[in-house]
Amino acid sequence: MTALPPAPAIETVPTETSESSSLWRDAWHRLSKNHLAVGGLLIVILVGFLCFLGPFFCHYSYEEQNLKLRVLPPGKAHWLGTDSLGRDLLVRVLYGGRVSLTVGLVATAVSLVIGVLYGAIAGYLGGKVDVFMMRLVDILYALPFVVFVILIMVFFGDTLRHFLIRHHATFAGSDLILLFGAIGAVEWLTMARIVRGQVISLKRQEFIEAAIALGLRKRAIILRHMVPNVLGPVIVYSTLTVPGVMLLEAFLSFLGLGVQPPMSSWGSLIKDGADNMEDASWLLIFPGFLFAITLFSLNFLGDGLRDALDVRSSKD
Amino acid sequence: MLRYIAKRLLQTIPVLIVIATATFFMLRLAPGGPFDAEKNVTPEIKKALEKHYGMDKPLFQQYLDYMGKLLHGDLGPSFKYPNRTVIELISDCFPVSLELGCYALAFALFIGLTAGIIAAIKPNTLTDYIPMSLSMAGICLPTFILGPLLVLVFGLTLHWFNASGWDFPRDRVLPAITLGSFYAAYIARLSRAGMIEVLNQDYIRTARAKGATWPRVLFRHALKPGLQPVISFLGPAAAGILTGSFVVETIFQIPGLARFFITAAFNRDYTLVIGTVLFYAALICAFNLLVDVVQVLMNPRLRFD
Repeated sequence: MTALPPAPAIETVPTETSESSSLWRDAWHRLSKNHLAVGGLLIVILVGFLCFLGPFFCHYSYEEQNLKLRVLPPGKAHWLGTDSLGRDLLVRVLYGGRVSLTVGLVATAVSLVIGVLYGAIAGYLGGKVDVFMMRLVDILYALPFVVFVILIMVFFGDTLRHFLIRHHATFAGSDLILLFGAIGAVEWLTMARIVRGQVISLKRQEFIEAAIALGLRKRAIILRHMVPNVLGPVIVYSTLTVPGVMLLEAFLSFLGLGVQPPMSSWGSLIKDGADNMEDASWLLIFPGFLFAITLFSLNFLGDGLRDALDVRSSKD
Repeated sequence: MLRYIAKRLLQTIPVLIVIATATFFMLRLAPGGPFDAEKNVTPEIKKALEKHYGMDKPLFQQYLDYMGKLLHGDLGPSFKYPNRTVIELISDCFPVSLELGCYALAFALFIGLTAGIIAAIKPNTLTDYIPMSLSMAGICLPTFILGPLLVLVFGLTLHWFNASGWDFPRDRVLPAITLGSFYAAYIARLSRAGMIEVLNQDYIRTARAKGATWPRVLFRHALKPGLQPVISFLGPAAAGILTGSFVVETIFQIPGLARFFITAAFNRDYTLVIGTVLFYAALICAFNLLVDVVQVLMNPRLRFD
């Protein structure tokens, strides 16, 4: 379906390179045919650009208060209006998106590292170690995790803030570190299960046995045959974890446990909006809309990636 | 079956002990104490208070004391509500949360199953697309956006319902919809997928060929196997509804256990926090067990192991 790359010098290598690159090229081809997923990808990129670059082009800063211009409806000077302290909503929404997206990405990365390592070790070692490790995951699965995240945020949030104040090291975002840790520590369970299952099923596959029989070194087997095959599900699940993590962050911020003022995240903005919606519905609608549309897009993108990368499940 | 249930219940005990231990030390290692927030507490009074609650002893001794009481089913006295035990406080607040959760689950099952089955009868037609796109919206709209929006439209603009509170029967409507809509959407998708798979099976065609009417095929032959995915989802759904009620109880100012728990955490009411965490954990374990049992009872291909 696509043109083969120009023939390389050595005869034996080309089949392998074209094979391994066509896995990803095929996936990309399938993804680009999925309009919902491509739309989701474009929206996510657009929102990301707006949030990370937009604040540089705004006339106001996210913490600048102007008490004379409180609760203005959307207009010329303030495109999305102002909040109850006279802060420009547009820049706060963009800045909040920056925080929410950062939390989504970094906390997902934390959970990714823990989950992949844990799952790979359990699956690779097998036997009693595997049984024990996965039993632990089963137990953790059954727990009210949000309850623990709430406890971590309440009990250690103050501590971290006091610690930083004592050391004159307050910086915007000290709460974020805790959020990364608390959310990442919770979200790795499914990832561990997926990776373990994948590793175990791979170990028994014929092409791995063939590779062993051909005398390939362990390193080569792992890098060349195991990693690319585990990567697909990991990418898919990570994409689906990002909206989950953003939801959890917004949930915590909504309860007043996440990002602390004057910083904003979409969750804390929605909270502000919900508190003031009686006379300023735009404070709820704009951040809520942007948040929902981003979650929507990320979910569609994740579903599309699953169909594109995991051929087996999409055929079922 | 009884053997299986007994085994699972026994497995719960170490889990709960681990949770109690982890929570106990996590709370204690964090700075701050239950009496810090109170004003005008002289050091002497604080000492007396700590002695009263046994907090002057070494931490490990306190832990042993607490666990000892716990094994007798005693969750201890509350630090912040004098003369009340944790069990009393939980049994005061939990019925409200339980009521809300039951309404939400009932709403989710009713709407979700109806939409899913309608969509499955004629897949890829308008009666499939409309409920399914609505359910996608339901999945992507978090409770803390949906709740305020519902309040804005039905409470503050149309005045059909009160914006918050838990005093009249109709105060239950908006919170239940807010809490249940995600699960309604998810159940709709699950039941649609399950039903489509079952309706394509040979025995359904056989039943049709033998002259069974559509409603009979649908309810007598297809429903039970088609809803297996929904039943296995009920475990996670119950846990999610439990945590979802944190937000919903905050939005609608409902005096339930979830809101109470957050207050307790901020107050550093140690015994109340551990008690509530244990209560939640036990609840979730019990519900998972219930779902597993129901699953086996409804699906003859599964066995208790």
